[in-house]
Amino acid sequence: MEKKSTEQLQEVASQVRRDILRMVHQVQSGHPGASLGCTEFFTALYFDQLKHDSDFKMEGKNEDLFFLSNGHISPVWYSVLARSGYFPISEMSTFRKLNSRLQGHPATEEHLPGIRIASGSLGQGLSVAIGAAQAKKIDGDDRLVYVLMGDGEQEEGQIWEAAMYAAHWKVDNLIATIDLNRQQIDGPTKEIMDLIDLRAKYEAFGWEVVDTIQGNNMESVLIGLEKAKNLTGQGKPVLNLLHTEMGYGVDFMVGTHKWHGIAPNDQQLADALAQLPETLGDY
Amino acid sequence: MEKTLDLKFNYTDKKDTRSGFGDGLLEAGRKNPNVVGLCADLIGSLKMGAFQKEFPERFFQTGIAEANMMGIAAGLSISGKIPFTGTFANFSTGRVYDQIRQSIAYSDKNVKICASHAGLTLGEDGATHQILEDLGMMKMLPHMTVINPCDYNQTKAATMAIAEHEGPVYLRFGRPVWPIFTPADQKFEIGKAWKMIDGKDVTIFATGHLVWEAVIAEAMLREEGISAEVINIHTIKPLDTEAILDSVAKTGCAVSAEEHQYNGGLGDSIAQTLVRNNPAPLEYVGVDDSFGESGTPTQLLEKYGLNAANIVAAAKRSLARK
Repeated sequence: MEKKSTEQLQEVASQVRRDILRMVHQVQSGHPGASLGCTEFFTALYFDQLKHDSDFKMEGKNEDLFFLSNGHISPVWYSVLARSGYFPISEMSTFRKLNSRLQGHPATEEHLPGIRIASGSLGQGLSVAIGAAQAKKIDGDDRLVYVLMGDGEQEEGQIWEAAMYAAHWKVDNLIATIDLNRQQIDGPTKEIMDLIDLRAKYEAFGWEVVDTIQGNNMESVLIGLEKAKNLTGQGKPVLNLLHTEMGYGVDFMVGTHKWHGIAPNDQQLADALAQLPETLGDY
Repeated sequence: MEKTLDLKFNYTDKKDTRSGFGDGLLEAGRKNPNVVGLCADLIGSLKMGAFQKEFPERFFQTGIAEANMMGIAAGLSISGKIPFTGTFANFSTGRVYDQIRQSIAYSDKNVKICASHAGLTLGEDGATHQILEDLGMMKMLPHMTVINPCDYNQTKAATMAIAEHEGPVYLRFGRPVWPIFTPADQKFEIGKAWKMIDGKDVTIFATGHLVWEAVIAEAMLREEGISAEVINIHTIKPLDTEAILDSVAKTGCAVSAEEHQYNGGLGDSIAQTLVRNNPAPLEYVGVDDSFGESGTPTQLLEKYGLNAANIVAAAKRSLARK
């Protein structure tokens, strides 16, 4: 694949946001907020950072692997997978409908290309990614494993079991990213369960930590991922703290947990799409 | 009592079924370089030390963190590894049910969940560790195969067999030293019940440690002129319904025997099979909606009604209902 410029990646991101909103609107169900907030990250991963093959093979030998732990943001993942050629873009119209491969939360049961494990029940993806990274070490495969988690998800105990394990076993071919949007379903994380200082927590667990302060700026996201990559292979797992805004890209959705799991109505969709150029053609 | 009986199966040696697992894992590891082991701080109890020593690069100590262990195993399996997780049955199931459900069963991952110290025969540690609900929990999960072998040899054979089976498996075994009465060279066929003793009056379907109690019960019943068929149901799921229905078509009544709650165990699986195909009397030998307690395995099997004498009594009750 030809290397895309930052401007070209931003164009892809605009289309991905349209896909997210149209999917969620069509079925009046799904999670647009954090999907929109992570759009730059997913676009940067699938259209710039990952060595991956859209001719999907579960084993993913000699490929970089990506796992989504906070599975409810499936719309953004489905969009980048479809736009990278894993499955027809027209299939996005089946999102969350009966007999679809695009389940509400990502699953392997229907064999959707690009998905290697089910997620949705929170706290499990980091462990899975660590296991996949260790398998790569056993196989002498020097590609990386990426995983995205939510910040509210850090409240799950299994995360900290996994964090301890990854440092102990020196799983240094792993880049975990936390979508730090500071929101969860019942409100701001600060009010629901204060995460206080995730950098300090992970550092205390033996991780290298980078901050991507502008998680909705393509250039910053790319720099953050490059920084993280440069820290791999040095005996420690790497964490990328991705500071994002939920609902980014749509003025009336940004910065609130209100759009965590709510679909826009017809008028809201029209207002949102008017802010996002159709760059690659809607599905 | 058993020494004076004319048993159809005998033994010269006794060993714990968990040792069958440990020895089977070592052999499976030698045969297949994709076999990897994980253990949550119970390497000695699970008898995984020999595997760890021979294949240190394929063994992962996870510490006391079973939820993470299940996720790590699922992740390892993606590239084609065959992970065997080891911890007590309690921590292999209830503690990590959601991890197994989502990351292993629903995702159809080739993970072997190997669970020791199951049931009352764990003994003195008491009810916190004596899980009696695990077969039910695991058999309810789609994609999951559930196996509960009866002695050292069968556990070893089952361990090697599941390494060659594609898909998630729950393998249940235990702590007590137990008679070795099945052959060392047996071929273990997943999902295929083993008719150990032919009979015509009543069928005893037994699993795990209670298969030995069923062998004793058969001899006791024979002394009273009752001909019992003994079928070893080492695979709870998929259940060999054909073997069950064939036998009950002949005998007309049955007993189920397991170291598990009535609710959700082997007895319920057999009852479901009979009700849907050929309703016939079935008496349960198992634990009737209670937790266990501290004691020796022999004392506990007696107190909770799980030994050969209880199987004999159940067989008579079942016969009387024909």
